[in-house]
Amino acid sequence: MNNIIKRYIPQILAILFVVLIFGFLTLNAQTNMDNRGIDFGFGFLSQESSFDVQFSLIEYSGSDSYARAFLVGLLNTLLVSFISIIICTILGVIIGVARLSSNYLIKNSAAWYVEFFRNIPLLLQIFFWYYAALRALPMPEKADAWFGVTYMTVKGYYIPAMVWENLNVFLYCGLAAIIAIIVLRNYANKLRDTQGKQIPVLLYSVGLLIVLPLLSFLLGGVSLEFEIPELKKLSKISYIYEGGISLPPELIALVLALSLYTSTFVAECVRAGIEGVSKGQKEAAASVGLTPNQVLKLVIMPQALRIIIPPTTNQYLNLTKNSSLAAAIAYPDLVLVFAGTALMQTGKAIEIVSITMLTYLTISLTIAAIMNWYNKKIEIKEK
Amino acid sequence: MFKLVKQLTSLVAMFAVLFAFSTETMAAKKSKTLENTKKRGFVRCGVSQGLPGFSNADESGNWTGIDVDVCRAVAAATLGDATKVKFTPLSAKERFTALTSGEIDILSRNTTWTLSRDADIGLTFVGVNFYDGQGFMVRKGSGIASTSEFKNGTSVCTNLGTTTELNMRDFFDSKGISYEPVVFEKADEVVAAYDAGRCDTYTTDKSGLAAQRTKLSAPDDHVVLPETISKEPLGPVVRQGDSVWEDIVRWSLNTMIEAEEYGVNSSNADMMKTSNNPAIKRLVGAEGELGAAFGLDNDWNLRIIKQVGNYGESYKRNIADTGILPDRGPNELWTKGGILYVPPAR
Repeated sequence: MNNIIKRYIPQILAILFVVLIFGFLTLNAQTNMDNRGIDFGFGFLSQESSFDVQFSLIEYSGSDSYARAFLVGLLNTLLVSFISIIICTILGVIIGVARLSSNYLIKNSAAWYVEFFRNIPLLLQIFFWYYAALRALPMPEKADAWFGVTYMTVKGYYIPAMVWENLNVFLYCGLAAIIAIIVLRNYANKLRDTQGKQIPVLLYSVGLLIVLPLLSFLLGGVSLEFEIPELKKLSKISYIYEGGISLPPELIALVLALSLYTSTFVAECVRAGIEGVSKGQKEAAASVGLTPNQVLKLVIMPQALRIIIPPTTNQYLNLTKNSSLAAAIAYPDLVLVFAGTALMQTGKAIEIVSITMLTYLTISLTIAAIMNWYNKKIEIKEK
Repeated sequence: MFKLVKQLTSLVAMFAVLFAFSTETMAAKKSKTLENTKKRGFVRCGVSQGLPGFSNADESGNWTGIDVDVCRAVAAATLGDATKVKFTPLSAKERFTALTSGEIDILSRNTTWTLSRDADIGLTFVGVNFYDGQGFMVRKGSGIASTSEFKNGTSVCTNLGTTTELNMRDFFDSKGISYEPVVFEKADEVVAAYDAGRCDTYTTDKSGLAAQRTKLSAPDDHVVLPETISKEPLGPVVRQGDSVWEDIVRWSLNTMIEAEEYGVNSSNADMMKTSNNPAIKRLVGAEGELGAAFGLDNDWNLRIIKQVGNYGESYKRNIADTGILPDRGPNELWTKGGILYVPPAR
């Protein structure tokens, strides 16, 4: 009995304390808002937003609601985070492995890269890529074509748009290919376990991924055409490209800055992970007759990943949160569109800031959950 | 459950604002803001982050501009010294929160008076110190001479959190032109991006365009188009709930405008005490007990005129002489063909 009291009383007091503080803060805010005649409510979300957004993944115009404006900002935040996470992972792995290279030049270039990019404040890097790079880029009419059909200009990167016919058939074929690969892998594993036979799964997988979608073009009535950007005159001296897709320079600058900056941290995680696997493991694996590829794939990487994943998750979370610096260079992310323009037009500071905070919290927790799930999957399964 | 979620959400965000809220209560005839200002010894004034002619700081940190002068007038009236003002530079996005949370007591930052701002968000507009309208700036070489020459795909640089964003949408929508809005938080960033060729045109209030043009690398290569697409009455704002303070700010501004109307300026104000015109005598505190209504002494308006000057002097010093907008246009007195018209001080 005594023990129970000893154990629970401090906890109950702590909870009470937190509840009281929050209660006081709510009450205080409510009184102050009442005094100033500020209403609290989320009704504004269904009102017409009356402002336009530069770049949106979904259909959006000023006659849509604030809720839709929120969605536009959210998708833009997710887009820039997603692209940057992929690029920073690829770069990070390459740089991390390069730091362990025995080649003096590669090793030191990688070290310099890491020290350089991680020691300059991110906001400055964003400004650098935006303003410095922006000024260096040509005006649309003077841009040379990259790969013949894409144009990198001060107003954005123009690429051809894909015009699909029967896109769904194509997607079904892609899906079928993926299912086939999973079945094949399971079968191959079984074959290896029971009969000790190896089949080149990777080769077959790539084959499936190419052949099935290709079949959809030949038999499924799928067709793909490219809409190529064409120069259009706006005034005597100003031009843009019309048709195709335009990636705004704000997006490009932000992705560059975020992925270069975060890749340095990922690189260090990768280096730490690989160095964390003891040399004996590699030697032991080699001595049982595994090929160098198999050593890396079956022995080193599974152990290194266990060390790499948790700190890398942190970096992904940081990147996502850092993407809110987008507001500085006019990339219409959640902070700029919703916590910026929408907040200003409605004046609903508390509501909008809390929605924005909760949204970032949700995104971060989701990323953390996915990474934790992956971490669980690869951790040592003791038998 | 929903209620709980709603309360929780409110809780989280309140943190930021909470500690800024003071426990002000509404007094019937006394102004808490005035009392606090006197205790503190300076007026807390929110201004722009640098808009020549309106509110701009020089290298040594001295603020000048017609928006700045409104705050100086209030300081002269309430504290007896026009220099006792603490200026807080604010972005368009921060300005209203700074005011409602009590970080500043006057927001004098080329802010457009609109219904929703006045009624919705706990603010009160006290008057207009500059009648403006939104316009467009383009490169001279583009040959564009009118907004009707804009074509689909025009990219437009502007500021975040202003009525500009809304007007721009109304304008392009009504003309059926598709455009690309590029929206920055700070005016300097807009100027830099426009200068770099990111945008075909830069839109904001015309006074702002005239002022920002001076910051471009080659100001003469740019031209402001003649059309005005909106009404932008700019004026000082105070928090809702302190009607005495509201009156002080309103009548400080009105005093400056009325002083110009009656020809009272910083150099002749003292002599005007012996004027034959009762209206003038009231303006310089020689007749009536006008200050008592706000809890101020009777020389409050005289100090404004002597230390800050009348509206005409302020305009000339800040906007005309600096070459931003030499022509007063609508910001001329109603007696001289403009629309500056204030209620009588009596």
